[in-house]
Amino acid sequence: MESGRYSNIKIIANAKIESLKGQAGNYNVTVLKRPRYVDEDLCTACGTCVSYCPVEMPDSYNEKLVNSKCLYIPYPQAVPASYVIDPKYCLFQTKNECRQCEQACKDLKAIKLNQQAEHIDIQVGSIILAIGFDEFDARRKKAYGYGEYPNVITSIELERMLSASGPFTGKITRLSDRKHPKKIAFLQCVGSRDIETNAYCSSVCCTYAVKEAMVAKEHDPDVDITIFYMDIRTQGKGFESFYERAKTKFGIKFVRSRLASLERIHESENLLFKFVTEDGKHHSEEFDMAVLSVGLEPSRTAKELADTLGVKLNKEGFCQTNEFSPTSTNREGIFVAGAFQSPKDIPESVIQASGSVALASGFLSEVRGTLVEQKECVAETDLTGEDPRIGVFVCHCGVNIAGVADVKKIREYVETLPDVVYAEQSMYACSKDNQDKIKQIIKEHNLNRVVVAACTPRTHEPLFQETIREAGLNRCLFEMANIRDHCSWVHANEPQAATEKAIDLLRMGVAKARLLSPLKEETVPVIPKGLVIGGGLSGMIAALSLADQGLECVLLEKSKLLGGNLRGIYYTLSGNDPQKLLRDTIDKVTSHPKIKVFTEADIKEVTGYIGNFLTRFSIGQEEQTISHGVIIVATGAFEYEPKEYLYGENESVITQHSLEEKLALKNFNSDDLKDVVMIQCVGSRTKEKPYCSKICCSQAIKNALKIKSIKPNSNVYILYKDIRTYGFREEYYRKARNEGIIFIRYDDNTLPLVKEENGELRVEVFDPILGENILISPSLLVLSAGVDPGDNRSISKLLKVPLNFEGFFLEAHVKLRPVDFPTDGVFVAGLAHSPKPIDETIAQAQAAAARAAIPLTRGYVMVEPVASIVDSEKCFGCGICEYLCPYGSIKVISDEDGDKAQSISASCKGCGICASKCPRQAITMGRFTNEQIIAQIDAFSLATSDV
Amino acid sequence: MSFEPKILGILCNWCAYAGGDLAGVSRIQYPPNMKVVRVMCTGRVDPEFVIEGFLVGCDGIWVGG
Repeated sequence: MESGRYSNIKIIANAKIESLKGQAGNYNVTVLKRPRYVDEDLCTACGTCVSYCPVEMPDSYNEKLVNSKCLYIPYPQAVPASYVIDPKYCLFQTKNECRQCEQACKDLKAIKLNQQAEHIDIQVGSIILAIGFDEFDARRKKAYGYGEYPNVITSIELERMLSASGPFTGKITRLSDRKHPKKIAFLQCVGSRDIETNAYCSSVCCTYAVKEAMVAKEHDPDVDITIFYMDIRTQGKGFESFYERAKTKFGIKFVRSRLASLERIHESENLLFKFVTEDGKHHSEEFDMAVLSVGLEPSRTAKELADTLGVKLNKEGFCQTNEFSPTSTNREGIFVAGAFQSPKDIPESVIQASGSVALASGFLSEVRGTLVEQKECVAETDLTGEDPRIGVFVCHCGVNIAGVADVKKIREYVETLPDVVYAEQSMYACSKDNQDKIKQIIKEHNLNRVVVAACTPRTHEPLFQETIREAGLNRCLFEMANIRDHCSWVHANEPQAATEKAIDLLRMGVAKARLLSPLKEETVPVIPKGLVIGGGLSGMIAALSLADQGLECVLLEKSKLLGGNLRGIYYTLSGNDPQKLLRDTIDKVTSHPKIKVFTEADIKEVTGYIGNFLTRFSIGQEEQTISHGVIIVATGAFEYEPKEYLYGENESVITQHSLEEKLALKNFNSDDLKDVVMIQCVGSRTKEKPYCSKICCSQAIKNALKIKSIKPNSNVYILYKDIRTYGFREEYYRKARNEGIIFIRYDDNTLPLVKEENGELRVEVFDPILGENILISPSLLVLSAGVDPGDNRSISKLLKVPLNFEGFFLEAHVKLRPVDFPTDGVFVAGLAHSPKPIDETIAQAQAAAARAAIPLTRGYVMVEPVASIVDSEKCFGCGICEYLCPYGSIKVISDEDGDKAQSISASCKGCGICASKCPRQAITMGRFTNEQIIAQIDAFSLATSDV
Repeated sequence: MSFEPKILGILCNWCAYAGGDLAGVSRIQYPPNMKVVRVMCTGRVDPEFVIEGFLVGCDGIWVGG
């Protein structure tokens, strides 16, 4: 929705790239735009045509579980919000008959049944590929009966079923008898970690299965759910506690097993699962419904697109990238983001999306801003001393409103309200021609307030505000009454009541409109310089990404050397050289003219707000102050220092980091590697440190394989809870097993026992496959110590940004804003955010730089008029507002008048917490003043009996 | 005539109000008794608003956020 509204994003839907010519910086792309048979500029998405369309077809968005018309909008949030006709079903396209939709739309004439495909040439400097994935077709696993047994469904179908706006209004439904299942089984890794289909791990299925199971339990607490799995891979930030909650609070059963068969029971249409648990025992259990957790495959269009663009795919068919440049393709100027690069979840996809933007805009930085469309600005009319003159536009929205409520009656009523000097009915208030009409009426009738009674302000307010602004009225002199989404649509069978409610809503809107006043639209200048805190990999990459976009930045590192944890990484699973990455990155950072590096820097104080921060730091005895516009927090994390398994007591007990160093620097003797035991999840997934450290499984396998390559006859044992080699890392897990590395599973009840006897290490662990304890005397015991966030409290306090329960920095929104803090202008990247491997760190650092570059390149911050306003006469500086503000957007400042609160409108979000808690009522909110809200409430109480 | 309560809804723009929109898009039917005042966050709700609502004759007030 946001991108659809953005003036510098042009969306061409229903299209594909036909050819690519030219080179990086000057690509010529030919796009084929397929006909949609509806003019998207004219269509207002009123939906009248749909009721006339006689043809039904399977609704793809709802996984074909129900039908839709062949004239449809794929889903409610679709952009463009315009209908499309499926030519495979449309009677006109197939048989040259019908044309009912044309008739239905005869006023707007948006239906264009003879529309032809278009070829569009576009000149671009760089390209970002984000074509996503396709789900695995479960029919390929014949043994699971999908497509044949009615009650075997895919996880994607279940996802739609669980949605309130889905095919069965949120009810899980058996397709055989439309009954609600009482016993559901999930089967993991369908089309993942399977050499017959896809050998890689799809990364997201464990977490989504856990989520779906929990949502199903929320809908019906009595439903019995079992998840059959190999390893539970909930490695993402916050997902481990989610999994724990599923087990302990929701009572979802997790069974580690191999499925022997899945049989259909014909009479009941139930399903019989026969499975083998890891102790070798055979079991069988009946379920009402089976859900196949299908994997992620490359998009079916990936191959064709890659061929057209000359972009390489990897052997799995995803876009080929390098671990150290995760968002770059093999072609210069062409970047990649999301599941086209590898299977990944929403936060990782959003991070990569921003990361690829950093590269693309760095590539284009010289020509930045040259094609930006700027709107001409009409001067605002001065309203000083004028009484309100309100114009009201009541929308029919085709039949959406007028089909239920009596619009004429509403309009007639509105005309009787005080200060309303003009009222009109519009067929479609939002249509283009009506915008011109509104502007004309504002001038003709000298209106100074406008109220539109139509749909929701959440989608349409900006459009109307733009219109009245073009007519010279301040944007804030506008109000909407939601008589569609909150009225005609939800009271479709009560026309009289809907009319009365619409009248009430309008009266309330007009009452508020009378008190609206123009608010200044201010801009605050931004100092075009970034501050990066932390000189590890993420901090250096973030600084470089900013600098490569032509922006100055300062990099502060508290230790003597740049590099952070990367200094201790000597090789990677896929064979890249991290030490070379380290040297190259340090060289680039220290030689870049736009980057200023300070090591041994200690931050003392940070003040200010987005665009205008002031940071004071010391280097030894010397103090410095810099001003800057944004902050990127990349303070990293540490290897956990184990307190368990004789670490620190016996020198043969070491961590993976020290093992890696030993192996890389050849600092060992041959006997050291004779029998190596590795214990996973030391300082991860424990009571004290409940999160998963994400990297240790791959790290252990990496080091184990290294040992095997140095000394092939060594015995390496990995004691683990779940092996989490997600994505393409799965290949190395398989390799490790093939090379004879022994994996022994343990859980919280069977923790390994480590003892020292006569100076020798002894490890005792229960092997669930053998069903007995085994005893190993290792030459080396390697602890896979987790990622410890360290003490982030001081930075958290200095910047007023939050930490999560585990001590990592907490982003503004886990999925949608994974590198932003709630405080504007402050961003996070790398291990400071959560444990992650090198490729994800690089992508996140680039993402943080891309986000930070937005205010820096724009040069100013727009102040939303919906901001707090302090009456300094009333304020007595108690500071409650400053204490409560979640965004650091109001501060008490001392001057000659004493302590007074001051609104930092540049970062105010308009929530109004300060206004409602101010004991002196000294704070009010733009467009939501006490008087306006009270007027709305008072207007509600007035009788509607005279209608 | 049966009792029809007058209910005032003070809803957060980002969640409860958006939920109202979604109910509309999903055509979920509910009784028409509630009229909505939109705020940018329920943190904006001054106790005065609730008291005012009851003073002017609301039977119930839902602060949704």
